[in-house]
Amino acid sequence: MKSNTFKNLPWLFGIHFFISAFTFGGGYVVIPMIRRYFVEKKQLFSEEELLEMAAIAQSSPGAIAVNLSVLSGYRTLGRLGAAVSCIASVLPPLLLISMISIGYDAFSSSRVVSAILKGMEAGVAALIVDMTIDMCRTIFRERRLILTLLVPATFLASSVFHINVCLLIPGSALLCLAECKIREQVRRRVS
Amino acid sequence: MTGRLLSLLYSFLQIGFFSIGGGYATIPLIRQQVIDLHAWLTLQEFTDIITISQMTPGPLAVNTSTFVGMRIAGLGGAVAATFGCIISGYLISLFLYRFFKKHRQTSWIQPVLSGLKSASVGLIASCALTIASLAFQSDTKTLGLPLNLTAVGLFSLSFFALRKWKIHPILLMALCGLAGIFLY
Repeated sequence: MKSNTFKNLPWLFGIHFFISAFTFGGGYVVIPMIRRYFVEKKQLFSEEELLEMAAIAQSSPGAIAVNLSVLSGYRTLGRLGAAVSCIASVLPPLLLISMISIGYDAFSSSRVVSAILKGMEAGVAALIVDMTIDMCRTIFRERRLILTLLVPATFLASSVFHINVCLLIPGSALLCLAECKIREQVRRRVS
Repeated sequence: MTGRLLSLLYSFLQIGFFSIGGGYATIPLIRQQVIDLHAWLTLQEFTDIITISQMTPGPLAVNTSTFVGMRIAGLGGAVAATFGCIISGYLISLFLYRFFKKHRQTSWIQPVLSGLKSASVGLIASCALTIASLAFQSDTKTLGLPLNLTAVGLFSLSFFALRKWKIHPILLMALCGLAGIFLY
């Protein structure tokens, strides 16, 4: 276990540093990156567990990308792994923004920079849509009506009705809890 | 100096603690602390930092804390503000994760976790819609719609490459950036 830790700790640091340095477009893009390395390549945890971590990272305060890297680090190598992953994922933006804050004007007025970013925007959109499809499948596979319906419901509530996330997250949890309790009651009455 | 570092730390501690859902949900919160309360940045500078955030990797809250910290107290300020910004998420997400793992057998944990998962996927889908519509937006009209056909084409190609060949996300981003140079 100990030698394993020493071998994996630098890997954990490197991979989170790498993911963080190349993740344009916000927190959610980290999820397919983590999936690629932790689930598909190294098989450190399952797709199901990744979904669980993503849900917790999202339900906690703070940046989703940082929270998710902390959780994946914790799942891989415990507390030390969590701390190392956190530092690794914060360092790239910290260093980069520190430099940009010094030379901001040159950066923001560059036409090449804005063309690259415009191109990446389309890539980010494709990446997130692709990931959403896979995540929906994981949920639908459970074949539970309430879980299946909650996905389009929260989507509409957030996109169309602009309901605050702080209400949506606990609301969905409570709804599932209530549904579970009702089913228990019904089962008890039948038997 | 120490006083400035402490007030940076305290401000960003509040921002970090109250920002659930991440990303653009944090903007009003940061604005209130950084512009209204402390006048650390002007509104124009704050708009600039949002633009930088879109152009660079890293979460908006972390980018803003670094930017503001650098402006107010140099690198030490950047570290203090960033630390304040992420520590709540670090502790609370770890606590929740361990709590859910430990009480997996308890009857009410599973439905709560399932609810969180479904909501999370729904919210990701809504974020996908926001990003896609931002990417497809154009100032000029094609077929009566403000649609950027180049972006739609690049999106379709990327999507196909992801579904069909499972192309590496970072390779995809690099290719899209390269395509951007030639197309725009």
